[in-house]
Amino acid sequence: MTGASSWSFGEDDSRQITAILDEFLAQSSARTALIVDKAGQMVATVGETPTFDSTAFASLTAADFSANDQLAKMIGEAEFGSLFHQGEQESLYLADIAGRVILVVLFDTRTTLGLVKLRVKATVGSLNQVFTEMLNKDAPQAPRVETDFVDDAEDEIDRLFGG
Amino acid sequence: MSMINYASREINCKLVYYGPGLGGKTTNLEHVYQKVAPGSRGKMISLATETERTLFFDFLPVDLGTIRGFKTRFHLYTVPGQVYYNASRKLILKGVDGVVFVADSQIDRMEANIEAMQNLYDNMSEHGYDLTTIPFVIQYNKRDLPNAAPINDLQASLNPGWPVEEPSKMRPMPDPQHEGEFLIQQIEGQWIERVGYYEAVALNGEGVFDTLKALSKLVIKNLG
Ligand SMILES: Nc1nc2c(ncn2[C@@H]2O[C@H](COP(=O)(O)OP(=O)(O)OP(=O)(O)O)[C@@H](O)[C@H]2O)c(=O)[nH]1
Ligand SMILES: [Mg+2]
Repeated sequence: MTGASSWSFGEDDSRQITAILDEFLAQSSARTALIVDKAGQMVATVGETPTFDSTAFASLTAADFSANDQLAKMIGEAEFGSLFHQGEQESLYLADIAGRVILVVLFDTRTTLGLVKLRVKATVGSLNQVFTEMLNKDAPQAPRVETDFVDDAEDEIDRLFGG
Repeated sequence: MSMINYASREINCKLVYYGPGLGGKTTNLEHVYQKVAPGSRGKMISLATETERTLFFDFLPVDLGTIRGFKTRFHLYTVPGQVYYNASRKLILKGVDGVVFVADSQIDRMEANIEAMQNLYDNMSEHGYDLTTIPFVIQYNKRDLPNAAPINDLQASLNPGWPVEEPSKMRPMPDPQHEGEFLIQQIEGQWIERVGYYEAVALNGEGVFDTLKALSKLVIKNLG
C-alpha cells in the first residue's frame, strides 16, 4: 500500500499488554499506564482512566519523545531510552518500547520515582518482547479494511466536510 | 502508517499540512476547527511562537464517527514552514498517511514554494516514504491576492508530475476537478502522473474543505 508501514493491534495483543501493565501498576502504585504509538496515536490505557483529553495527550507525548530522541542524537547518544517529567503532585515517566511505541506511566505522591523505575525495568522487557513479536507478525502484509468500509467512510466524509 | 486497533476498534489516520512559512497551513486547520460540528472534532493544539508562527505543530483530531464498527478518526497536523525548523518538521512526518502541500500563490513566494516542495521530498525519503505513492494533494492558497501567480505557472513549477512506471496506469485519467485537464496523460511519448490541485483562500475558508475532502478520501481508499 503506502510507503509508510501500517500495523494493527488485535484483541490478543491487547489482553497480553493489559496483563503486563496491570501487574506493573499493582507493584509500583502508579496510577495509569498508557501505550502511545510514535506517530501520536493512543494504543492502550490501563489503570485509572485519565481525566485529560487523551487524544491530545498522545500527540504531545509522541512529539515530546521524538524531540528528545533528536536531542540525544545531537549530543552523541543513540537514544535516551526514557524520560522523566516531575510535577508537584503528578509525574510522568516515558520509555521506548521496541523503537515503535512509548510506554507512559502517570504517577503521584502515593509512590516514588525510585519504585517506578525499579518496577518498570521488567515491564519494559516484557513489552519489548510482545511488541517485537507483534510487529514482526504484521510485517508481511498491511492490515486492510473491507470495501464496504471504504464506501461508508466516503459518504461520511461528504457529510462531515460538505458533499 | 494508519493504525488499526482491533482491540478498541479504532482506525486513526495522520494527515499532514506541509508548505512554506506563512503559506496558510495553520489557517486551514483553524477554519476546519471553526466549521466542523463541535461534536466531531477535538481540541486544537498549537505549539506556536508569540508571533503565532508554528514552532512545532498544530494538531486537530476530526472524528468521522463509527464506520462498520470502527471508530474512525483523522489526525490533522501542520508543520512549521520556516526553513530553520526542519528538525521538527521532519518529526511530524513520522507515520504520515497523507500530505497536503499548501503553496503560497504570491509570485514572490515561488522560490520558497519550490524549496519547501524539495524539502518535503527529502524528508519523506529520509523516513523511507515515497511521495509518489502516498495520498498527496496540492493546495494553491491565497488566490485572493493581486500578486497571485497564474495556476499554470504554479503547476509547472510545483506539480510537473512524475513518469508512470506501472503499465496498468498508462491510460489517460481526467482530473475530476478541472475540465479538460488530466491527472495521468501522455506527453511526448511519456506517461506522466500529477497530483490533484485545489485553489483556496484559506482566510475565508474557500477551498479548505475541498482539499481536506480530497485527501481524506485518498487516504481511506488506500486502507482498502
Ligand atoms: N490574503 C490571504 N491571506 C491568508 C490566506 N491564508 C492565510 N493567510 C494569512 O497568511 C498569514 C500566515 O498564515 P498561517 O496560517 O499562520 O501560515 P502557516 O503556513 O501556518 O505559517 P508557519 O506556521 O510559519 O509555517 C496569516 O496572516 C493569515 O491570515 C489567504 O488565503 N489569503
Ligand atoms: Mg503555522
